[in-house]
Amino acid sequence: MSDLLKMTATEARNSLLKKEISSVELLNAYQNAMENTKALNNYVTLTLDTAKQMAVNADKAYAQGSAGPLAGLPIGVKDLFCTKDIETTACSAILKGFLPSYESTVTSNIWHSGGVMLGKLNCDEFAMGSSNETSIFGPAVNPWSKIDGIDLSPGGSSGGSASSVAAGSALMSLGTDTGGSIRQPAAFCGVVGLKPTYGRCSRWGIVAFASSLDQAGPFTRTVEDSALIFSVMAGHDPKDSTSASLGYTNFSEAVKSSIEGIRVGIPAEYNVDGMDIEISDLWKKGRAWLEQAGAKIVDINLPHTKYALPCYYIIAPAEASSNLARYDGIRYGKRIEAETLDAMYEATRADGFGEEVQRRILIGTYALSAGYYDAYYLKAQQVRRLIKEDFERAFNDVDAILTPTTPTPAFPLGAEVSDPITMYLNDVFTVPANLAGLPGISVPAGFSNQGLPLGLQLLAPPFEEGRLFSVANAIEKQAEFLFAPARAAGDLQ
Amino acid sequence: MSILVSGRTGDWEIVIGMEVHAQVVSNSKLFSGSSAVFGASPNNHVSLVDAAMPGMLPVINRQCVKQAVLTGLGLNAKINKFSVFDRKNYFYADLPQGYQISQFKHPIVGEGEVRIELSDGSIHKVGIERLHLEQDAGKSLHDQHPSKSYIDLNRSGVALMEIVSKPEMHSAEQAAAYIKKLRSILRYLGTCDGNMEEGSLRADVNVSVRRPGDALGTRTETKNLNSVRFIMQAIEFEVQRQIELIEDGGEVIQETRLFDTTTGMTRTMRGKEDAHDYRYFPDPDLLPLTFDDAFIDELKEGMPELPDEIKNRMVNEYGLSSYDANVLTEERETAMFYELASNGRDRKITANWMSVELFGALNKAGIELAQSPVKPKQLGGLVDLISDGSISGKIAKEVFSAMFETGKDAKVIVEERGLKQVSDESAIISMIDEVLAANLDKVEEYRGGKEKLFGFFVGQVMKASKGQANPGMVNQLLKQKLDI
Repeated sequence: MSDLLKMTATEARNSLLKKEISSVELLNAYQNAMENTKALNNYVTLTLDTAKQMAVNADKAYAQGSAGPLAGLPIGVKDLFCTKDIETTACSAILKGFLPSYESTVTSNIWHSGGVMLGKLNCDEFAMGSSNETSIFGPAVNPWSKIDGIDLSPGGSSGGSASSVAAGSALMSLGTDTGGSIRQPAAFCGVVGLKPTYGRCSRWGIVAFASSLDQAGPFTRTVEDSALIFSVMAGHDPKDSTSASLGYTNFSEAVKSSIEGIRVGIPAEYNVDGMDIEISDLWKKGRAWLEQAGAKIVDINLPHTKYALPCYYIIAPAEASSNLARYDGIRYGKRIEAETLDAMYEATRADGFGEEVQRRILIGTYALSAGYYDAYYLKAQQVRRLIKEDFERAFNDVDAILTPTTPTPAFPLGAEVSDPITMYLNDVFTVPANLAGLPGISVPAGFSNQGLPLGLQLLAPPFEEGRLFSVANAIEKQAEFLFAPARAAGDLQ
Repeated sequence: MSILVSGRTGDWEIVIGMEVHAQVVSNSKLFSGSSAVFGASPNNHVSLVDAAMPGMLPVINRQCVKQAVLTGLGLNAKINKFSVFDRKNYFYADLPQGYQISQFKHPIVGEGEVRIELSDGSIHKVGIERLHLEQDAGKSLHDQHPSKSYIDLNRSGVALMEIVSKPEMHSAEQAAAYIKKLRSILRYLGTCDGNMEEGSLRADVNVSVRRPGDALGTRTETKNLNSVRFIMQAIEFEVQRQIELIEDGGEVIQETRLFDTTTGMTRTMRGKEDAHDYRYFPDPDLLPLTFDDAFIDELKEGMPELPDEIKNRMVNEYGLSSYDANVLTEERETAMFYELASNGRDRKITANWMSVELFGALNKAGIELAQSPVKPKQLGGLVDLISDGSISGKIAKEVFSAMFETGKDAKVIVEERGLKQVSDESAIISMIDEVLAANLDKVEEYRGGKEKLFGFFVGQVMKASKGQANPGMVNQLLKQKLDI
């Protein structure tokens, strides 16, 4: 029993295939861990009965030899994915009590492959935040140690997804990444987080934040596990017009490929002011590891990098201001009754949306307004194109790019929440990939002086996730990251 | 050829432009699979996408794209192989997404042209600025409950084509001719059913006035007119209102106005300062819409003949008057009926019988051509009996009435009622002899120079034949007998 939580998904899968363990046993271990780590506030909805049923079904499938690739593996889901008949709130008051009559494409893919649903995971409200502190349920907590007695942020927006995998209360989890919402919390919590190429995973059934940037992706403890679950998540979906028409790929093959001769770029522009010395040291280590593994390191330039963050903070709120218009109190979710239609809108949305969501709706509305559109939204789109072209040019010379995932390690809860600009800086290394639609992965690679996990980010050209897995695997092997979150479930510590 | 209106202080020129919303004929909606059919009970044709549930995404309906391109071809317009869907953002209870998906900067169809014919027979061209695809909103029902409004989303997401004309109409008559012609083209193409009462076709009318030769005046936009008559009334009212306003020293304000169908007047709906800021931007859920020449060519090949072409054939090949050709081509059904009825027989006689007798009878009975008890081939059969002299024109009218009542063929009715025209010379001569013998005094008077009596003799002979004598022969034979 004590070893169950220590297994990676791939190991658990093998043990299940060999009937050394059962899905129900595995689920029980995880449900105990969920109970033990309640203080981390990772889960906002538990699906105990559904989980039990799915685990029983998985065991039957193993007995019959028809088990799918994820059969019996306990998986948590960010509360941004619509799940049929299971409350889906986007961690917002405006959607409290909302029961979708449909299941998102990505979660459907997971359940069809036999995955076992543990529950819905905490996140920033409508995925808007970098610390999980905008959640109506209060923040999820980072399972690594406290600093000066204060809980650490797991990062955001997919804070609960990262924290649960680190804390051993989920074997794997699903998140979404609009500007870094998978990679930054993965780095803060010491787990692997993948943001796939835009168009790789269907967005159908995921509460939209910024449609041109949103992508679903997995949190796992290893790169190998990431490839395992990503192979199931990815795929063309005719219900999403931006979904790429690509067939099934088993990415597990790619993980172990040699990176001999692969050219890895180091972008000069990522040496930003205010980056912690321990982060830049880690970056140098990563460079050395890859060289040792046979990669060729190339210094490159991505000249428009400094415009990525302001560009992102125009485009994402602009799209969000429109995407969130549907939460109007008319058809579902919260409604505050009032005398007139306009008064009802105002009361409902003032009450239903938190401060950060309101801020972004206002920024976005402003950026799209007549008279400001050209100066803000249009200009941002032009800059976005330049950023994309930077990458296209760079990928003529290199096969992948190595950067730090975040400029700092995890920070204490409450430390940055009062200053949105500082908070937005968390995304400085991650937003370019979203703007350019590229795949990116964060791999735990080292520690800060205070013993907090740090991540390295790899980027690749569109639809080259396989290459990402190869290079990420090389880093993972050399880094020998010591996974030991202080506040993980008992068996994991 | 400008048409001027006299005011107190001089002449005015009217400038009219129109934005027509035409509901696309298609089984399902523009971005969802739910039915686009009119008339279902409220909220029965609503998918998750139409209700804008969280995480739902639009997927373009290929059929609607085809219909828009086909319409563009019918308007002789430029087809844009690259177009973009934008979001038009505003809040309203029957707009579930909080935005309408429309096309703003890059419409699917560019400039084109509609030819209209005016009552004096002159041809006037009205330029088309653009045609774009967009979603319809739902419907708010305010009269179902004392304090609540109800929302019906059946229409939410149904495909509309917005067809924008250039400001190139100069009278209510031209505007009426334009909307009729546009409707006719759409119906021929099968891209919009043109049903104005059900709202499948509705128009926003932009009106301004100016002194001849001056720059364009300030315009008002009157929204949502759903009949030709309302369009004309609204224009006439706006023209008078604007001229009087300016002549009294006032100024026309750019605004959106509503038409009151009971009073025939327009009134302010919202001014420029209350105009929405729609915050248009490209819909990130949809890729730009692109297609190739082959897609257009295929649609071109399948295109039906349009009213202008058919009309040309009717005038140049069939010898019909321009007026008759217009009447017969206004509706596709009418033109098809006529082509069937007149095929292989006298085109002109058929046209006459169709536009006078058949339309008269349909009108009187208050039914549409599609429900006509007299089918095209039956009308043709009647024309055949007239052409080969079997019945006279007068008898034919009687036969037609009977056909309309019973739905029987002309031949059957003629036989049942013994109405066949008498063309037997000896039979007619014997009738003439009888009439002359009975009216010897009148014969004398006629021969004495009172030639007006000829008509009297014709009438008597026809009466004697119960109307069945061939009138041409009666005339000819009577003349021979009397003029000895």
